[in-house]
Amino acid sequence: MQRIGVFVCWCGSNIAATIDVQRVSDTLAHEPGVVFSANYQYMCSQAGQDLIKDAVRDHALTGIVICSCSPRMHEATFRKTAAAAGINSYMVEIANIREQCSWVHKDKMVGTEKAITLGRAAIAKVNLNAPLIPGETPVTKRALVIGGGIAGIQTALDIADAGFEVDIVEKKPTIGGKMAQLDKTFPTLDCAACILTPKMVDAAQNDKIRIFSYSEVTEVKGFVGNFNVKITKHARFVDETKCTGCGLCTEKCPQKGIPNEFNLNMDNRRAIYIPFAQAIPKIATIDPEHCNMLKSGKCGVCSKVCAAGAIDYTQRDEVIEESYGAIVAATGFNPISMDKFDEFAYSTSKDVVTSLEFERLMNAAGPTGGTLLRPSDGKHPHTIVFVQCVGSRCSADAEKGKEYCSKICCMYTAKHAMLTREKYPDTEVYVFYIDVRTPGKNFDEFYRRAVEEYGVHYIKGMVGKVMPQGDKLIVQASDLLDDRQLRIAADMVVLAAAMEPDKSARSLATMLTASMDTNDFFTEAHPKLRPVESPTAGIFLSGTCQGPKDIPETVAQASAAASKVIGLLCKERLVGNPCVANSNENMCTGCSLCERVCPYGAITYSDKEFKMPDRSLRIRRVASVNEAVCQGCGACTVACPSGAMDLKGFSVQQIMAEVDAICK
Amino acid sequence: MQKVTRDILIDRAAELLASGMVNRVLGWRSGEFFYDVVPAVFRSEADMRDGFVFDDFCGCNFSKYLVKESARSDGRILVFLKPCDTYSYNQLLTEHRFDAEKTYVIGVPCDGMLDIGRIKERVGEGVIGIEAEGDELIVKTLYDGDKRMKREDALPDRCRHCKGKKHVAFDELIGEECEENDENASGRFEGVAELEAMTSEQRYFFWQNELSRCIRCNACRDVCPACTCEKCVFDNPKSGVENKAASDSFEEKLFHIIRAFHVAGRCTDCGECSRVCPQHIPLHLLNRKFISDINGLYGEYQAGETVGSRSPMVDYSRADLDPSEAIGKREE
Amino acid sequence: MQIKVRKPLIVAFCCNWCSYAGADLAGSNRLNYPADVKIIRVPCSCRVNPTFVLRAFQRGADGVIICGCHPGDCHYTSGNYYTRRRMTLLFSMLDYLGIERERTRVEWVSAAEGAKFAATMNEFAEQVAALGENRRLEDLRCKK
Repeated sequence: MQRIGVFVCWCGSNIAATIDVQRVSDTLAHEPGVVFSANYQYMCSQAGQDLIKDAVRDHALTGIVICSCSPRMHEATFRKTAAAAGINSYMVEIANIREQCSWVHKDKMVGTEKAITLGRAAIAKVNLNAPLIPGETPVTKRALVIGGGIAGIQTALDIADAGFEVDIVEKKPTIGGKMAQLDKTFPTLDCAACILTPKMVDAAQNDKIRIFSYSEVTEVKGFVGNFNVKITKHARFVDETKCTGCGLCTEKCPQKGIPNEFNLNMDNRRAIYIPFAQAIPKIATIDPEHCNMLKSGKCGVCSKVCAAGAIDYTQRDEVIEESYGAIVAATGFNPISMDKFDEFAYSTSKDVVTSLEFERLMNAAGPTGGTLLRPSDGKHPHTIVFVQCVGSRCSADAEKGKEYCSKICCMYTAKHAMLTREKYPDTEVYVFYIDVRTPGKNFDEFYRRAVEEYGVHYIKGMVGKVMPQGDKLIVQASDLLDDRQLRIAADMVVLAAAMEPDKSARSLATMLTASMDTNDFFTEAHPKLRPVESPTAGIFLSGTCQGPKDIPETVAQASAAASKVIGLLCKERLVGNPCVANSNENMCTGCSLCERVCPYGAITYSDKEFKMPDRSLRIRRVASVNEAVCQGCGACTVACPSGAMDLKGFSVQQIMAEVDAICK
Repeated sequence: MQKVTRDILIDRAAELLASGMVNRVLGWRSGEFFYDVVPAVFRSEADMRDGFVFDDFCGCNFSKYLVKESARSDGRILVFLKPCDTYSYNQLLTEHRFDAEKTYVIGVPCDGMLDIGRIKERVGEGVIGIEAEGDELIVKTLYDGDKRMKREDALPDRCRHCKGKKHVAFDELIGEECEENDENASGRFEGVAELEAMTSEQRYFFWQNELSRCIRCNACRDVCPACTCEKCVFDNPKSGVENKAASDSFEEKLFHIIRAFHVAGRCTDCGECSRVCPQHIPLHLLNRKFISDINGLYGEYQAGETVGSRSPMVDYSRADLDPSEAIGKREE
Repeated sequence: MQIKVRKPLIVAFCCNWCSYAGADLAGSNRLNYPADVKIIRVPCSCRVNPTFVLRAFQRGADGVIICGCHPGDCHYTSGNYYTRRRMTLLFSMLDYLGIERERTRVEWVSAAEGAKFAATMNEFAEQVAALGENRRLEDLRCKK
């Protein structure tokens, strides 16, 4: 029989206000196995933990039940307390009487009754707990960063700086991501390329960093500390070791008129191309969809002009297998498609552009060489209307758009408006907004400068419709503050399209077994306390794949993720989860059903000799579990008809005891 | 009547015993009454000549006996399997329950076995002999003389809706494989469909009526070729469902659900459970419900058709329906 | 004579990674649901043995709900796919035996879906309450 101590936490008034904690601790004192019961203001505090330790010593406790907040919050804390008090960490169970009780039930009677029931269930479970000792596994001292935008680059640089090897996998031919497409950055207006490209070069030159560009992660196996990853390097038909990036091929290629993705299809590239001048790696890539040589075997111009002899039309996709201790997701974002937003005439008029397109139109390396010209006729625009929140902050039942705020649009629109007014003071700029959101260092000052110094017309209200009429765009909008309808004849309309996670994130999340929210942003392990970790051990989150962010925030999160990775890679060995499956060989029939459902391949079989009741020997095939590989899901325990397979910490008897206690 | 006679089987077994290919034979022995045929291990030809039978009452599926019998000695054991028994044989091989090298399977054809319960329902007690005449049976009784009945009416449900006349595993075949009858097989799930068509309340009363007769003799479990666990959960005090005193009536009520669930995806629909139930509970209707659901939701699957096949219970598809959709779908 | 009004008792098995966290989020957001719902934490919904469901009913539960990660999001990759098959077949069998199908449910609740958790529990509790006490499974073998 266990000697159980019950500790009821008030959590200040969080629990005590809706639950009679005294009654809970008094009632639970009479449960079987309970020899001590107390309540205290903050069990997780030092004084609270000391109370537990003293009780363990004074009452020779063998098990502990804490009635407090969610085990997801403080289970680890109290396990450490138990260990410090000299009993096994896994002799602790938590009754969640805050999240599941005091916070969701208003009636004190009802709450108290339920808290007692939850306490009883935890006591019933502890009565059947057994000490568990976690296993240990070694750590592969190499990290993988998926995505080579500013987030991935920063994470990789920081990890490499700490002395660990790190690989970046980028699906595009170059790293740099969205930031490489930006012109200037708010609120300092420094040039994006000027601050990004040195980092790209640093990454390329760091001997701890390997960059797999034009590559994708295609398979992830294993677990924290020991991931086995397959990376598919797509054939670029150019030998990376020979190409010097001179760019001659990209000038001589006869296949012109292919939309240039880097400039958002506003100008053209050739079938062999280097995305932009500062691309890393600066290696040409052949687009197999448009290359005549690859399609019909007729051409070969690039091969003829290449002095380095780097062109290789026979190149195939290559699969690289590598082991990693940690994986960082940095898959970034894209502006949402404007297909469903026909009211803004995006598909019918070339002069309606998204903010990212506008960014390219302002950029010196962009399609217009940095002069702001209308895409339709190349004329200088005199009136520009900016529309905020296109697809952001939509109502949940709207058939298009996202519910969340994309966070960066207010600031980049202020930047665009300000830059336009500075370069072209003759241009009138209107910004339609729902709210202007400018929290951040020097952000509101920046926005106010746009209004006050640069004379940008900020109008609170939404644009209802944009109608192309002649060479003008008639913008119909409402001014909510003046309560009037507006019609503006604009030359250009710029839409602040919402940001959404990159489409590749969903399949990656499945491979990583990392969870996602309803918008396909990666979920963090805790929204406040563990914002850069995924709930899946060994998976970390960097940048906008976790939620909308601007550049400083992205970089901060990237470095934070790196520091978490470094913390993991510094360890020689990882302590595993002892709540793993366990096969009772006396009962196992060797039927293989458990092996079929194990996602980790943790179950193996061997023939063993058993003494039968009549003293004869019989050789039987039985299952055994590799505790380092088992993650403790329990799928095998249900597949096993004989009940030979059980899960430590969540055994059949423990769960049945909880059911019984709840249903009493 | 079975086309293959007892003597043909004994002759072949004698040859195999004499050649040393096998050292014992798992076969049917006559019991107290001619219709009470029991499984037995024969060690010599003489032993077989004395007690071996093969007739219309040899329904017993020997597959399960191989788990223990094949492990008892080093030599091979000869076993006679009817077509439907071979599915269980394969399923047990899939689950590594015995070594195929230690068995020698003679496939015997089967024209359907008779159910003495059904015969007695028609003619009453005191059955002393049965003769076949075309599609009819002449039942000799102690009290009322000869009585005639249709052979079809004496078949158990599993034979009426025979799932397959072809052997799926054998070392050799004796006699000719019978013709498949798809029409028969298609009626396999009629009983399940009839129940499904009832209202929830009607189903409840149907099963209450059936299950309340259960005396928990465990015959269904003990005969089931899928129930070969080293220790059954119902005998294990740690499983939480063990069969103990009346203070916990849990398993009393749910024994049959748990048992059916444990064999789901592994049950070959051999029908032994219903055959041996002394209370005549149609237990096959539980197993067939699972089979029919699995076939309908996850694709046709016949346990034991091939060795090594993956049971749908330990498999999944991303496109599977949620329970709420799946259970609703059936009714549409 | 005093008639004790018995409130429905609902056992909710929640996977540790998604649904239990979803329940925690419902708590943090102070979203009410009936106190009749009692949660048991399991590592994954695939840990839920059909015997646990039956045991809960046997011991007087009026409804049992199993919550797991959304298909495709399982922390263990495939656990909830197995749950889906097992519980589909189990619930279908209970339905076949004449046990009201409204007493059982599987619901996918992510860690971000506190509101869905609370809404699901409110709805399920109401649905179970409408059925009244769970007599049928209790009486399945006993003719009265």
